[in-house]
Amino acid sequence: MKIHEYQAKSLLRAYNVPVPNGDVADTPEKAREIAKSLNKTTIVKAQIHAGGRGKGGGVKVAKTPDEAFEAAKKILGMQLITHQTGPEGIKVQKVLVEETSNIKKELYLGMVVDRARDKECVVFMASEAGGMDIEEVAKNTPEKIIKCAVPPAVGFSPFEARKLAYGLGLSDKALSAQFANIAKGLYELFVGKDASLVEINPLVLTTEGNLIAVDAKINFDDDGLFRHADIKELRDENEEDPLEVIAKNAGVNYIKLDGNIACMVNGAGLAMTTMDLIKMAGGDPANFLDVGGGANPDQIEKAFRILTADPNVKAILVNIFGGILRCDRVANGIIQAAKNIDMKLPMVIRLQGTNVEEGKKLLKESGLKFTVADGLYEAAEKVVALIK
Amino acid sequence: MAILLDKNSRVVVQGITGSEGTFHTRESVKFGTKVVAGVTPGKGGMDVDGIPVYNRVADAVEKQGANVAALYTPAAFSADAIIESIEAGIGLVVCMTEGIPVTDMIKVKQVLKTSKASMIGCNCPGITTPGVGKIGFMPSFIHKKGNVGVISRSGTLTYEAIWQLTNLGIGQTTSIGIGGDPIPGCGFVDLLTLYEKDPDTVALVMIGEIGGTAEEEAAEFIKSNVSKPVVSFIAGRTAPPGRRMGHAGAIISGGKGTADEKFKALEAAGVIVEKNPAEIGKRVQEILAKKGNKK
Repeated sequence: MKIHEYQAKSLLRAYNVPVPNGDVADTPEKAREIAKSLNKTTIVKAQIHAGGRGKGGGVKVAKTPDEAFEAAKKILGMQLITHQTGPEGIKVQKVLVEETSNIKKELYLGMVVDRARDKECVVFMASEAGGMDIEEVAKNTPEKIIKCAVPPAVGFSPFEARKLAYGLGLSDKALSAQFANIAKGLYELFVGKDASLVEINPLVLTTEGNLIAVDAKINFDDDGLFRHADIKELRDENEEDPLEVIAKNAGVNYIKLDGNIACMVNGAGLAMTTMDLIKMAGGDPANFLDVGGGANPDQIEKAFRILTADPNVKAILVNIFGGILRCDRVANGIIQAAKNIDMKLPMVIRLQGTNVEEGKKLLKESGLKFTVADGLYEAAEKVVALIK
Repeated sequence: MAILLDKNSRVVVQGITGSEGTFHTRESVKFGTKVVAGVTPGKGGMDVDGIPVYNRVADAVEKQGANVAALYTPAAFSADAIIESIEAGIGLVVCMTEGIPVTDMIKVKQVLKTSKASMIGCNCPGITTPGVGKIGFMPSFIHKKGNVGVISRSGTLTYEAIWQLTNLGIGQTTSIGIGGDPIPGCGFVDLLTLYEKDPDTVALVMIGEIGGTAEEEAAEFIKSNVSKPVVSFIAGRTAPPGRRMGHAGAIISGGKGTADEKFKALEAAGVIVEKNPAEIGKRVQEILAKKGNKK
């Protein structure tokens, strides 16, 4: 789960990580008020769940409260397009208005989970190449990144903080102590709130000799949300694809893609495979959808409604391997659902597993526009042929 | 012979009194599995179809000689249940549960490291040794006893592959779903080691997916440690980057973990990669024919 910069900074404050003074605004007037109360030059930053906001015109410096008003007026409501948003961009609903910092140096500090075998732990990555795309740095100059794996049995220790600090050129005692506090706070946040990614880029060393998190990105482990109601509340549905929001709220595991052949499958691996098969057969998958083990008529109907709500979709491929789930039950569910929603799109149904012959018979005799397939590749070929 | 789940396995089902637990225990028993006990805290003293239920895993170990644990426990309590089993001396823990937080699994791996236990899962369909037993929810009808080992990160995709083999008359020694999570118990490398040592397994099917480096690690391992032929399929060539494709572990992060990278690494290690999932069984058939072994 992603959150906004202003929400991440709120969390950082709670964990004693210094962030610039500021507040979030959803109107130009509020932006002006914040700038006025700060009584300093401010920076007005679009709040969207994507990076590259500056280049896209979503970040402006404001020397006066009136300038903050004007900046917010331009940015709020804009369709901000960056290299991370996709061509349509994201509509900006909020801006963060905060004090600017006197930047002496820009550093990078991030945390991820290393899932490699025998290494499974939280890892810090730090680099003096702050303010840049860390993936570029990792690609071109990996030696500039210092890594620190935190042993789970022990937690984050002062000597590890020193390794990172000295690697960042912060050997001065006061500075390395400041850094250690920040790293410690981030580690506690990461494990305490089940984060999956933390990125402070840049972590700024100011001319006054202070370290401050000028930008912050925090992603959370979806599987940890059940135990963090406060984090769950930070979800912003406006940043997600509307169909995906509907699907998620209906308990359907759905990801929208750009193609025109929709698919409905039981099992994530088989669902990804079905998308791959459609591509192999010359088509373009419109989505990922896993109905899971409970492909009952209700779930199937919900899934069909979501798939057909995408105007790009011209045909649907249903691929179900019935184990405990019986194919004749699935067939009845499909027939019922298709009738209930008055399905107009052509469908290829490929069933395998328990009671497959009964299932196929039911589909053929339903009187509805189904094409029945047997093999995996055959099913993909048939659905691609349907839209040609 | 089979690996991990064999005729000496005595299974305790954690979460046996829940609807999933009860249903799949019944299927397991029908398949021939020796389910000797169940555990649901607070329900000790009950029985499920005559299988005694205890409050603690240690009781099941002590009173029924349980040495394998099957978990159908809620995500919030699964790490605790896993660690309870490991501490009670269980040798193989199989956890079907989806939705366990990554930080919990980091803890579980630590406990596993300093124990003698192995773990399969989480978020997995389980383990089946045809002719002996099954834990989890792989459908019973797809399996046939034979000499191919199957290791997979998927659920229904695994059933497809096994069913293809069975329909070609090719049976399996043991089929294992390692699950879709980013940090599993046993990974490909751990199981390849066991299959390599198993005298009855002559070929392997390895099904991976996007996300992480498990397949690349397996490729590296196979180069110098696996003499048996491996056929591999990787799901997710068309998955967009940065999105979690159903499985928590199926996510291309920072450009890493793509299906194409995995296919490449495996091919370079001499693995027979098959990009058409409908042909997995046929590839195995070809290898076995070459070996002159048509079991």
